[in-house]
Parts: sequence; structure tokens; C-alpha cells
Amino acid sequence: MTTFTPYSAILGGLLIGLSALLLLLSIGRIAGITGIVFGLFPRAPAEWGWRLAFLAGLLLGTMLMLPVDILAFAPRQGFPLWALLCAGFLVGYGTRLGNGCTSGHGVCGLGRRAPRSLAATLTFMTVAMATVLLMRHMLGVLP
Amino acid sequence: MRSLVAAFIAGLLFGIGLYVAQMINPEKVLAFLDISGRWDPSLALVMGAAVGVTTLGFPMVFRRGKPLWEASFSLPTYHDIDRPLLLGATLFGIGWGMAGYCPGPAIAALLINPAEAVPFVLAMLLGARVQSRQSHR
Repeated sequence: MTTFTPYSAILGGLLIGLSALLLLLSIGRIAGITGIVFGLFPRAPAEWGWRLAFLAGLLLGTMLMLPVDILAFAPRQGFPLWALLCAGFLVGYGTRLGNGCTSGHGVCGLGRRAPRSLAATLTFMTVAMATVLLMRHMLGVLP
Repeated sequence: MRSLVAAFIAGLLFGIGLYVAQMINPEKVLAFLDISGRWDPSLALVMGAAVGVTTLGFPMVFRRGKPLWEASFSLPTYHDIDRPLLLGATLFGIGWGMAGYCPGPAIAALLINPAEAVPFVLAMLLGARVQSRQSHR
């Protein structure tokens, strides 16, 4: 159970928005995490540089915050491995098929006023809420 | 070189933002997705603030005609709301609702909570690989 944290939520959201704005302004790319990650694998090896630089920043950014530890973030423990593996597979398969995730369709796509991204965002938000309802409360198979 | 620095700083901002907003904590994300109990609307504000910046900022950037250090913008060229989009978003939603991780927070959590993030990200890469194999057949 977590509590509503409006200020840190808004501050964090502004930083994520600024990140997307910086990437578009500087090199004209969309800050969609799935697009950035999956683009590392097929074809176009010339595109590796900025993708790896972004991901290195992403990892370092969270590490930098650890010593500050304003949130006293305690990693979740005991979550079933089968669920992590199933969920990861579905997230990878689904975002690849639908060409984007929360950042690409959500943060960037809505900013571009793309109807396709709005449809995707409404879909994955609604389905995710229904999934929690089903798995946590109706079936009781996940914490 | 300056392109790489810009991408690195953008990644840095993204990572710090995810941490500050507590979005790398899957329990926080699930508390937003769980509308049955004591709902935590924080994620809506994260999304709202981020979309606020892009909605205001993107049109200003596009008005320049081109980005600072590239010849042109690289934008999605596909605009149809079709079956793969909706099926993909549905499958992604199921996975997101099960574990509370979407791709950004999962990668950002690799070093912070590897016990969860490593298996999740490996399964995610496998899922993407299987999908791209199917679509290229």
C-alpha cells in the first residue's frame, strides 16, 4: 500500500517530459524506451550510439539518486518469478507489436497529439487496471 | 559527440524523473492501477506533468523545422489505429498490470532491484524477439 505523493509525482513527471523534449530538440528522436531498446537489435548499427548513451544515462540517473535516498526506496521482495517472466514476455511482445509503451505512446505520442498513441494509451491503461482487478482481487494469484 | 552527450543527459533526466516520481517502485505503479482499494493517483500526475511538458514543448520544437544537430526529425510514419496496435497495447497492459513494470522502470531498476528486473528484462527482450521473428516470416 502506497500513499498519494503529488509533489514528487509532478516533479518526476516534469523531468521525464524535459527528457523527451531535450531528445527531440537535440537529435529529433522520440524518447520511447521500447523503440530505443529494440532498435539496438535489428539492422542499422549506426544508430547504436545515441541509444546506448540514453540507456547509460537512464541507469546512471537512478543510481545517482540512491545515495540521496529521499524516498527510502525498499525493493519489493518475494514477488513470484513466474509472474515476472510472463509479464516481461507480454510487455516485450506487446510493445513490439504495438510499437510503443508508456513513454513512446504515452508521454511522447500524446505530446504529438497522435490519435494512434491515444488509442494505445487508453487501451493499455484500461487493460492494466482490469488485470490488477482480476489477478489481485478476483483470482488472488498475485500480491 | 554532442548528440551522444544530449542523449546521455536526456537518459539521465529520465532516470532521475522515474526515481523521484517513485515509478521504479512497482508497488507504487500497482497502487495506481488498483482502483478497488485505496487508490494512489500519483502516476496520473506523473503522466500529466510529463505530457504537459511535451504538449507545450513539442510544437515549439517542430516549428524550428529541424532538430539542432540532425538533418531532420525521426518520427513514426504510421498513423492507422489497427489490430496490431490494439492487440499489442492489450498484451502490454496485461504484463504491466501483472508485475507493475513497464519497459523504462524495468531497465532503470536493473541495478537497484536486479532480482526482479533482470528476469523481467530478459523475458521482455525474448518477447520482442519472438514478435519480430513472427512479423518477418
